[in-house]
Amino acid sequence: MTIAAAPPATDERVARTGLLRRLLVKPELGSLIGALLVFTFFAVLSDVFRSTSGVANWLDPASTIGIMAVAVALLMIGGQFDLSAGVTTGTAGLTTAILTTHYHLVLWVAMAVSLAVCLGIGFVNGYLVMRTRLPSFIITLGTFLMLQGLNLGLTKVITDTVSVGGISSEPYYETAHKIFASTITINGQPFEIAIVWWIVATVVASYVLLRTRFGNWIFAVGGDVNASRNVGVPARRTTITLFMGVSGAAWFVGTTQVIRLTSVQANSGFGLELTYIVAAVIGGCLLTGGFGSAVGASLGALIFGMTSQGIVYAGWDSDWFKFFLGAMLLLAVLSNQLVRRYAEQSRR
Amino acid sequence: MTAARPAGGDPLLELRNISKHFGSVIALKDISTTVRAGQVTCVLGDNGAGKSTLIKILSGVFAPDAGELLFDGAPAHFGSPRKALDAGIATVYQDLAMVPLMAVWRNFFLGSEPTKGWGPLRVFDRATARRVTRAELAGMGIDIRDTDQPVGTLSGGERQSVAIARAVHFGARLLILDEPTSALGVKQAGVVLRYIVQARERGLGVIFITHNPQHAYPVGDRFLILKRGRSLGDFAKSEISRDEMTQLMAGGTELEELGHELDRVAGDDPAMGAVAEQITAEAVAKGPDGPAVDGPAAPG
Repeated sequence: MTIAAAPPATDERVARTGLLRRLLVKPELGSLIGALLVFTFFAVLSDVFRSTSGVANWLDPASTIGIMAVAVALLMIGGQFDLSAGVTTGTAGLTTAILTTHYHLVLWVAMAVSLAVCLGIGFVNGYLVMRTRLPSFIITLGTFLMLQGLNLGLTKVITDTVSVGGISSEPYYETAHKIFASTITINGQPFEIAIVWWIVATVVASYVLLRTRFGNWIFAVGGDVNASRNVGVPARRTTITLFMGVSGAAWFVGTTQVIRLTSVQANSGFGLELTYIVAAVIGGCLLTGGFGSAVGASLGALIFGMTSQGIVYAGWDSDWFKFFLGAMLLLAVLSNQLVRRYAEQSRR
Repeated sequence: MTAARPAGGDPLLELRNISKHFGSVIALKDISTTVRAGQVTCVLGDNGAGKSTLIKILSGVFAPDAGELLFDGAPAHFGSPRKALDAGIATVYQDLAMVPLMAVWRNFFLGSEPTKGWGPLRVFDRATARRVTRAELAGMGIDIRDTDQPVGTLSGGERQSVAIARAVHFGARLLILDEPTSALGVKQAGVVLRYIVQARERGLGVIFITHNPQHAYPVGDRFLILKRGRSLGDFAKSEISRDEMTQLMAGGTELEELGHELDRVAGDDPAMGAVAEQITAEAVAKGPDGPAVDGPAAPG
């Protein structure tokens, strides 16, 4: 190969890009600014909000939403939606609870079966989307409704109620509790361990997205699936893995909740799928795929947690929460739109 | 001119009487040509001439219904684009197989990412990817400001150049370029033509598909002219001049007809009449049409 003399490491024209413009195309920038603004806003309004107990309180909802939002963000960067993500957390909890309390399976076995069921749901979602080439919005809307019906129907048939409890008296519950639902005391204030898992999930997802081949494929299948197929990216495998990542995360969050609360409602998780998508979009994910970040989605979840608790601390009616969230979402999509236009703009 | 280059010799790819039908439609009939290493074979033809079908046969998307494809002198059957790619045939499509929102270096290695480390810690070797991208682009004389910028911010010519550099880097021996200059302005097209010459100088065989004889003639060593699915001839550069080629492609008779038609439409409009007159004059000046082809051939 005849490569000419190595070019200089930097081109003198690169400087023209400007720091501001470079920052603007970072997908997490908007959500970082948003998180800082929301924190400042509520911290000024309420002392409790910025106290250690307050922080522990708003980090808790942020953590479980965050674990899901990170997985959903990767899927969205891969160009797909999963509307069944919320209800799958319910399916995970219900499967574990019913298998232990009604079929007397050992907790670990029940959890393993539940994991297999969840990964199966993800596989079916991904397979159907890739096979039919229909929008994932429609496919997962279908699985969402089916799971919703199954969760309620099967729970009623098996247990005659719409709530399954009593998991705390099962053997090995204490060990599972340590992993999924214990607390870590810092400064005299217990913090849920889910916060640690949330940070781990964010770091792992970011690493996968930015540092691995698979991460490159995620951006590629989301950006242009035909182009990526043309250069040999295994688009089907990538997409199915992403769907299974979401349903795996749903298993983790569902398990966390059933272990923490020791019981689970048959309608658990309904409606949360939109929350995850909103968090991912606030975090800079484009609805059209190919762009976004795991850190951003985590910050989106943080904004979610801070707003939901902050409104309570500020002494407002919690009805305002939805309004805030909607406004945040609109701001986020508008700024994402600008970023995309800049990124795709051609300098012919 | 071709003798000046060390490459050449045995054909890299040889097409012998390739035909392709889609139901009752004859897309290609009896197409033959050769491509040698270090040479550019131009495939010329107007819309519907069968250029796209020909590319798809060469890049493994379709199998020909009749005729032979010889790669390195041996009969070749590419079942899929991947197999053609593995054999060393790289196709740069019009839609480029690049993801606009991704950085240049990420696109460059898309699907063939270099890795380092082991097992679950095996990571995309980003430093190598960036360095090689920069060096390869520079090696082709392509000047990209910043390999971190999204491909979408590059101009059309720059994107084509990156795609060509990528194919060269990944060991392509035969480069198929599908209308690389059609959507470009004069200057950008010139840039792409320069990279075609670069690829040729590196000893690659190049198939350059275009409908523009002005672009094809300066870089081509061999010219296959298609019309309505048939070959109007397969010429070495010494056998045909640019004007003959243009005339063959456009079809003098058709231009004459177009002139008459515009005359009728023009009516009293003097401006339109002038245009029609000019076209008629041009058609007459070019003399009779090339080989008769307006037979029963179906549109390609």
